[in-house]
Amino acid sequence: MIQQVENPIIEIHDLSVSYEKKPVLWDVDLTLPAGKLIGIIGPNGAGKSTLLKAVMGLLPLSSGYINILDKPLKEVRDKISYVPQRESVDWDFPTSVYDVVMMGRYGQLGLLKRPKKSDKEIVMDSLSKVGMEGFKDRQISQLSGGQQQRVFLARALAQQADIYFMDEPFAGVDAATEKAIVELLRQMSKEKKTVIVVHHDLQSVARYFDWIILLNMRLVASGPIEEAFTPELLQETYGGKLTLLTEISDLIQKNRFPNRE
Amino acid sequence: MWENIQYFFSFQDTNILYVSLGTIILGSSAAVVGSFTFLRKRALIGDAIAHAILPGICIAFLLSGTKNYVFLILGAFISGWISIILVDYISKNSKIKEDTAIGLILSVFFGFGILLLTYIQQSGNAAQTGLDSFLFGKAASMVLQDVIVFSVISILLIITVTLFYKELQLISFDEAFAQSMGLPVKGLVFMLSSLTVLAVVTGIQAVGVVLMAALLITPTAAAKYWSGYLPRILLLAAVIGGFSGFSGAFISYIAPNMPTGPWVVMVLSAIAFISILFAPRKGIVAKWLKQIHHRHRIQDENIIKTFFQIAEEEESFGEPKTIALIREKRYYSYKLIRRILKRLKRHGYLVENKAGYYLTPFGQRKAARLVKLHRLWELYLTEYLRIAPDHVHEDADTIEHLITPELEKRLEEKLGYPAVDPHNSKIPYE
Repeated sequence: MIQQVENPIIEIHDLSVSYEKKPVLWDVDLTLPAGKLIGIIGPNGAGKSTLLKAVMGLLPLSSGYINILDKPLKEVRDKISYVPQRESVDWDFPTSVYDVVMMGRYGQLGLLKRPKKSDKEIVMDSLSKVGMEGFKDRQISQLSGGQQQRVFLARALAQQADIYFMDEPFAGVDAATEKAIVELLRQMSKEKKTVIVVHHDLQSVARYFDWIILLNMRLVASGPIEEAFTPELLQETYGGKLTLLTEISDLIQKNRFPNRE
Repeated sequence: MWENIQYFFSFQDTNILYVSLGTIILGSSAAVVGSFTFLRKRALIGDAIAHAILPGICIAFLLSGTKNYVFLILGAFISGWISIILVDYISKNSKIKEDTAIGLILSVFFGFGILLLTYIQQSGNAAQTGLDSFLFGKAASMVLQDVIVFSVISILLIITVTLFYKELQLISFDEAFAQSMGLPVKGLVFMLSSLTVLAVVTGIQAVGVVLMAALLITPTAAAKYWSGYLPRILLLAAVIGGFSGFSGAFISYIAPNMPTGPWVVMVLSAIAFISILFAPRKGIVAKWLKQIHHRHRIQDENIIKTFFQIAEEEESFGEPKTIALIREKRYYSYKLIRRILKRLKRHGYLVENKAGYYLTPFGQRKAARLVKLHRLWELYLTEYLRIAPDHVHEDADTIEHLITPELEKRLEEKLGYPAVDPHNSKIPYE
């Protein structure tokens, strides 16, 4: 069940990605519609985060290409926004909530420029959207897990992008934060933003997303939630890895064999 | 000795003044540049670079035949950079991890550098005198020209860091995010590495290659104890670095036979040591005092609670209790109980008369609140966590000291102001 769309906002063509020579994604080929809440679903080690990072140009591709808004990534950097996994940074870093959210403005600001009044307003506005304006001078080391996640979301909002990539924003957050994030996603969806979320909690998938990508080292399905979120497809995604595929991956890594000629 | 010190601080010798100023500036700039390698958790790379520039300096000297700094800095810069590239290449393309790669490169380059240095010293070249002071530093042997060259480089380093502050902060905190929005991360990392190499190069005559890493790392490590905000940490690190650099120059003049590097490191380490011990909130002493404070509070509250429990059992609220009676409920040593009672008296919870001790109205309210919290928490554990009633006491004994007024209110509302706890004891409300 891989449904292609007309005028896609993102086109992923025959994408393969390797980590330290080990292939983790095989020939992913899909197109995504604009203005939807899109979930990337799959078991641990399925390559969900890898797909996200590859689309954002954070990893070298073994093969394939990606177009966003019909253009290569380089030309649309200012249209996209990224929320990395919360654990990917050191929260003991000596900085304040306000300064972290201001980082979202650096892309538009450019090198050597200082933030302007309008940037400061955008930062405060983003903080209030996630309910963290009261914490603006707080040191980030004093935040709870849910508050850290909200700060990351505020930073992404400050980028004022059209397409948002979020890596596990619901992982390890409290109930209040989860609710706040969901409301935020709905609001963004209303504003015709496209949001792509790596997600692993199957129970909430149907409630949160309009469109899902089922992934387990290869693309199992990509389509509207009603069509793609079926027991058969889930079984195919979660029913164990394809043993042969895993073994070939291991073999390629062991022999340092190129996976493309 | 005393005359030497007086002479030093009179700054009559203009060379002393220049060298002092020069070492302050280079100490500050090394600290500021080093803070970003520190925050990127790559503190050791500074050590590798510092050791790796030695062969570069020696080769530059052999090729040019002079101690001209333009050549020496160029040589140092090249070999410093080669070492970074090699460390990077080894850790990316082999099974060897980065820390091992740093160790390997550091020792190979430094060993080679020492070989070259020995060769130069034995070659009888008259120009080589003083080259060995690059090992451990000799601030006083800097002449005005050196001071100018190093100060200019140091000031350039500080200006560059200030200009690129926001980008350096971002790549130190979240490199992937920086990359995702199209910042030239590779270029910025290259720039930071180059700044580090230059900071090391300027520091060698004052501190020496062997101990240069301390000047990069230690000021930030110490400064982090005093503030949690990067601009303040940078400023503080600069002050600490500058002060240690200056103390190196000072030692150099009053004890001319001493290498300065070790003294700079001693001063730095003393500052770091003091910070680790005595910094407010983060220091060891502050944490230790806080622990004592918590322990006292728990002891005090336990005794206050005991008054309430005895009074509850014997229906003797407001009547004096003896120490023996208290010890039946809460078996603390006499010495400890007296200490606690003294503290409680001082804080106005207790009054003493001939018959014993009794709670003031203030103390009674406190006691009732503690008992209430204990029993509410027991009830919460049995109702919401489904823990058996005979297993909840220990847990509640700890939690009762911790619950804030806000949590207290939520707990009361959630449980609906219950009348009794799981053991059917009455919950006292005000």
